[in-house]
Amino acid sequence: MGKLFDYAPAPESRAIVNIGASYGLFINGEFVDPVDGEPFKTVNPASEEVLAEVSAAGPQDVDRAVTAARRAFDTTWSRMPGRERAKYLFRIARIIQERARELAVLESLDNGKPIKESRDVDLPLVAAHFFYYAGWADKLKYSGYGETPLGVAGQVIPWNFPLLMLAWKIAPALACGNTVVLKPAETTPLTALAFAEICQQAELPPGVVNILTGAGETGRALVEHSGIDKIAFTGSTEVGKAIAKSVAGTRKRLTLELGGKAANIVFDDAPIDQAIEGIVGGIFFNQGHVCCAGSRLLVQESVADDVLERLRRRMSTLRLGDPLDKNTDVGAINSAAQLQKIRELSQIGEDEGAERWSAACEIPDRGFWYPPTVFTGVTQAHRIAREEIFGPVLSVLTFRTPDEAVEKANNTPYGLSAGVWTDKGSRILSMANRLRAGVVWANTFNKFDPTSPFGGYKESGFGREGGRHGLEGYLR
Amino acid sequence: MSDPSGERLAVRKTYKLFIGGAFPRSESGRSYVVTDTHGNFLANAALASRKDARDAVVAARAAVKPWSKAPAYNRGQILYRVAEMLEGRRAQFVTEVLDAEGVSSSEAARLVDAAIDRWVWYAGWADKYAQALGSSNPVAGPYFDFSTPEPTGVVAVLAPQSSSLLGLVSVVAPVIVSGNAAVVVASEQQPLPAITLSEVLATSDLPAGVVNLLTGLTAEIAPWLASHLDVNAIDLTGAPLELWPELERAASDNVKRVLRPTETEAEWSADPGLRRISTFVETKTVWHPIGV
Repeated sequence: MGKLFDYAPAPESRAIVNIGASYGLFINGEFVDPVDGEPFKTVNPASEEVLAEVSAAGPQDVDRAVTAARRAFDTTWSRMPGRERAKYLFRIARIIQERARELAVLESLDNGKPIKESRDVDLPLVAAHFFYYAGWADKLKYSGYGETPLGVAGQVIPWNFPLLMLAWKIAPALACGNTVVLKPAETTPLTALAFAEICQQAELPPGVVNILTGAGETGRALVEHSGIDKIAFTGSTEVGKAIAKSVAGTRKRLTLELGGKAANIVFDDAPIDQAIEGIVGGIFFNQGHVCCAGSRLLVQESVADDVLERLRRRMSTLRLGDPLDKNTDVGAINSAAQLQKIRELSQIGEDEGAERWSAACEIPDRGFWYPPTVFTGVTQAHRIAREEIFGPVLSVLTFRTPDEAVEKANNTPYGLSAGVWTDKGSRILSMANRLRAGVVWANTFNKFDPTSPFGGYKESGFGREGGRHGLEGYLR
Repeated sequence: MSDPSGERLAVRKTYKLFIGGAFPRSESGRSYVVTDTHGNFLANAALASRKDARDAVVAARAAVKPWSKAPAYNRGQILYRVAEMLEGRRAQFVTEVLDAEGVSSSEAARLVDAAIDRWVWYAGWADKYAQALGSSNPVAGPYFDFSTPEPTGVVAVLAPQSSSLLGLVSVVAPVIVSGNAAVVVASEQQPLPAITLSEVLATSDLPAGVVNLLTGLTAEIAPWLASHLDVNAIDLTGAPLELWPELERAASDNVKRVLRPTETEAEWSADPGLRRISTFVETKTVWHPIGV
């Protein structure tokens, strides 16, 4: 299949973003140099160009940040009336809206995601999340979870939705009266540092939000620090388990949002064209760097050939390339390490006998890229059907009966999300009941909203983010 | 025929385990002596083994599907039936609690009454907790979006060590009311009221395997349950504090939901709140487009 359409370049200007040459840590309301941390570089994954030098916080830096957060908790934030905390959060939400374009461009530069996603999905959701939880700050007594904050929250977030994950963590924590020390991912620190500036613009009291950049070691020092009362982590199941082990026997509260291997189930009576859009959005949105991605397509045998043919045709129209181009559908893989992992698991898929098909697309000379790929002939035993690839790689399995679909969908240690495509209402509800997953999208996929609780069953973690439920992890 | 002295020799009960609706001895053939608080012999209780614990998990897993699919109204009726059966054997439980805990007979009666009332309280929650914990979510788009709590699956419960009946009921009822199945390790030193409670459960139309009860050494059985990959959650209420870190570490291997122990045993007469239900449910959010 050749190109259906030609597109002229439509790049979003990066002039709106002013990236500093180097950044310190954001502690107690100020950017400070690290005491015992090392500098490291963050790169644009689409070009491998160095964007800035940032600081990896060492144990003493972590200690300083936790101390600042504790002081802010004791002296200001936990004592402030909820209605005043609310107004700070509303302020932050407004500043994010005001600076949305700048933040979207910065997110795409540092993460590699298409500008149309950072602009139309990430940033609107980030602002909405602060707006939603702002309103809770003076209404906690109606939440059903009490009104007492926990204290200092240590928060560790991933690189796939850097600013959105920050919002999911910081907004409910602050609304409930906690203070935070947040560590953004090693490869995507820049929007969190921009958020630190936003805290300054909002005149948030010093120490309420502290941002420590760094890698795994910084995260470990934060999680193991005796001065924190709560840990909120989003990331891999492997690291999540290690964190759960490290807090065992302590009074630190924990919420975990971990990996997934979602089944996207297409029945023969599904609206096929809509399902194709849902399948494509389910796995290729954000290059498949989505913990709830629909990475296993379960398609009913009778329509499998038709679905696959239409899927390949649709995949051929996806435009891979410059994340800042407004026509781009598939951006860059976030890092060389992630690209390596995607390649390895894909190779294993071939070695184990699955059939690979990738959309024909031009791969740019520089940067980290992986074409949208689909594997057919996949069995439940294949590693590409069991392990989270976290890339634009879809594994296709077939089924004959609803029972078989449920059995296969639930046959995983994960349980984060699932999709169901059918025209039959009673079947949707029955499938939704039987799927062991925290989010079930029926005739849609990858939808998010600040009012809607999100989180996993089984080894996909525990606790919910979003909605009234999202307050539970920050109150006692 | 009676004894020439005129005194009738009592028929003693053999205290066994409760697994899958049956009352087996420990497969290990072991037992241990249970005494009252003065050290007088009460019974030989079964000393459950690792294999017994694993059998109990298998029985519990098989019970999860039918029990969680039972209508909430039906689960409520069965929990209420437990209260009825307990009420009918009130005098027996007063004697057992008195022996086990060494309290006064009026205190024992109060504890039994409170235990009966607790079943009634949780029976009422069966068809209400989902409304208290669930939500309809006003998302910014044309979608119908709602969140409902569902049972997490198989829950291991280390029952409190001091409160042999009220404490036990207070940790078991909230686990099963939502549709979970439980593997319960009874109070190590005071297991007899728990075994008698399982006789009540066996005659209350509670499906086999929904509650499985082990007696024995908490420190011996608990690690197998904490590390078991087919157990979804563990309530460490009755865990010895020195064992807690090890059990919680083992539980992390399959990301179990963990309810941690408290420094001192809870005041079981207090309002239980919803936390013991909410800890052992999962919130599921379902989206569907609204259109024509």
